[in-house]
Amino acid sequence: MSQVVEREKPASPQLAHYVAQYQRAVGQAPAQPRWVLQARESAIAQFERLGFPTTKLESWRFTSVAPIAERSFAFATDGVAAVDTKLTAPLSGNPALAVAVNGRFVPQLSSMKALPKGIQILSLEEALASNPAQVEPYLGKLTLPQTNAFTSLNTAFLRDGIVMLIAPHVVLETPIELVFASIADGSASVSHPRLLVVAGEGSQATIVERYVGSGAAFTNAVAEVWLGAGAVMDHYKLQEEPADSFHIASMFVHSARNGNFSSHALTFGGGLVRNEVIAVLDGDGIDCTLNGLYVGRAKQLIDNHTTIDHAMPHCGSHEIYKGILADQSRGVFNGKIIVRPDAQKTDAKQTNKALLLSDEANINTKPELEIFANDVKCTHGAAIGQLDDDAMFYLRSRGLSVADSRAMLIRAFAGDILNRVKVAPVREYLERLLTARLPHAD
Amino acid sequence: MLDIKDLQVRAGTKDILRGINLKVGIGEVHAIMGPNGSGKSTLARAIAGHPEIEVVGGSITYTGKDLLEMAPEDRAREGVFMAFQYPVEIPGVNNAYFLKAAINAKRKHHGLPELDAMEFMALVREKANILHLDPTLLNRPVNEGFSGGEKKRNEIFQMAVLEPKLAVLDETDSGLDIDALKAVAEGVNAMRSPERAIIVVTHYQRLLNYIVPDFVHVLQDGRIVRSGGKELAVHLEEKGYGWLEAEPQLM
Repeated sequence: MSQVVEREKPASPQLAHYVAQYQRAVGQAPAQPRWVLQARESAIAQFERLGFPTTKLESWRFTSVAPIAERSFAFATDGVAAVDTKLTAPLSGNPALAVAVNGRFVPQLSSMKALPKGIQILSLEEALASNPAQVEPYLGKLTLPQTNAFTSLNTAFLRDGIVMLIAPHVVLETPIELVFASIADGSASVSHPRLLVVAGEGSQATIVERYVGSGAAFTNAVAEVWLGAGAVMDHYKLQEEPADSFHIASMFVHSARNGNFSSHALTFGGGLVRNEVIAVLDGDGIDCTLNGLYVGRAKQLIDNHTTIDHAMPHCGSHEIYKGILADQSRGVFNGKIIVRPDAQKTDAKQTNKALLLSDEANINTKPELEIFANDVKCTHGAAIGQLDDDAMFYLRSRGLSVADSRAMLIRAFAGDILNRVKVAPVREYLERLLTARLPHAD
Repeated sequence: MLDIKDLQVRAGTKDILRGINLKVGIGEVHAIMGPNGSGKSTLARAIAGHPEIEVVGGSITYTGKDLLEMAPEDRAREGVFMAFQYPVEIPGVNNAYFLKAAINAKRKHHGLPELDAMEFMALVREKANILHLDPTLLNRPVNEGFSGGEKKRNEIFQMAVLEPKLAVLDETDSGLDIDALKAVAEGVNAMRSPERAIIVVTHYQRLLNYIVPDFVHVLQDGRIVRSGGKELAVHLEEKGYGWLEAEPQLM
């Protein structure tokens, strides 16, 4: 993240709106540890200083958040009464399931029966009330140095969320599912979901994090994920909120040596979506995979920003993002790879491909390499294309309809990402979602 | 079965086919020969319905229907099959999956129940055996990483599975060594049937040693300039296409 901060104009009415909201929220929150209150205080100050980003900032050049900034979102109510439980149902059999609605953990929608020993899933509010020392070394430690106004805004409203603590050497055989539902009940409202995952040394886990919702909700999510030495994590983030919603999410990942982290950012829903993944490889021998698939239609804007920070030697990173854009949808991809002076023998590979299904769809894509070590291997490539006419004719000449031929080629394009989804029910769900979202008419 | 009348095709400002007349009866094997640029492949593609082929005049009637009015997929479902000169590589699409979709699209069109996975595999194994096709090709993406010979054999394999009424082989022999050529010819000969017509488009006579045609037509400059029996191919091979210019208007 850039350290250069533009000082915005004196607080606009919109900024004042959120500051007032913050003050009310602090007044209503249960007693919190001093360090939390301090973090919140400095976060709202930073938000006020930064203001919402404008397209003048390099990292927001192609994504105007004016539709968010110009609106005064109400602070979301707990929303639980309005939740359709079909929305929050898990994808796989009977997993351990944690559900948060509008950022608040909801025990009655969650199910911990399948939770193996050595894993705790609890509400952040409960963690801060009962045993704050457990989360203090981690909570806000990755987000605090950031200068992203949305992340600051999330921290300013820090109160509840989901905390997942995995004891060292615990190996999870089945995925844990987390569902964040954003419910705009009547008027447009904002919530700030927060997730903290601490995976102990040598532990292994699969996490399926899903964002669903109803109405014109603004979801401003932040996740912090810590991997201890040798920890293995397979992480899925599936975004399928409604078309009139706004989704800004950042996931901060920190890995100790020999960690193995895979992320799958799967974006289908939302009107204006920004996903950031920031991974710091802070030890030798870490393997980091960032994959992404986004499918846009109508006027959706889907922006994926990734940063892989190679801080130490002998780490590998592999990144494939693929976009399928129909109608007037737009995509943005920015992949930053930093190789710091100590990070010799880094092996980083980045690929980004987009398939444009209409003349009006477009994508802005940019690799951003900052390499300060000399014995490294870094490759990147981007390709933008349309469905291959020759392949279309070949399939049709064998009797397949235009729609089936298109679907087959699109599925093949997405295959790189979908075939890497190890959780079968999630993969099957994604296949159905992809088919359902494709334009049917020729 | 197939009746082509005064077919004219233009590409940009260039006339590629300038009035083709050709009748192909059921059970017949026709060879269409001609030098490069004579319009052979264009004719094959016009029958298959390639979207870039612009027909500006004439007609193609197939089993009594106006073929030019039909989309390529409808032609295929009605029994027209073209083996491509350059089979298209389709990364990420499994060969068996593709073929199952194709055969079921055709069955559905004819009101037949779709084949399930077991029935399909049984059919495919039987046809692969006849063609000596390496069965692992079935589990690979369509044509991707196939050798030239494997691609052409895969075309004939698809033909065997789809069992067309009219098969058009567009320079299926080009780029094949003699073993691959024999294998392809064997596959085609196994498909010869009184219920089926086959059009073999080729530049060289060699393939016709193995697939012996009932009729041979020579295409030049977008017109059929000679028609005859199988001996015409032999004559062409001996004298070369230059002979056509030396003795014009023989037919």
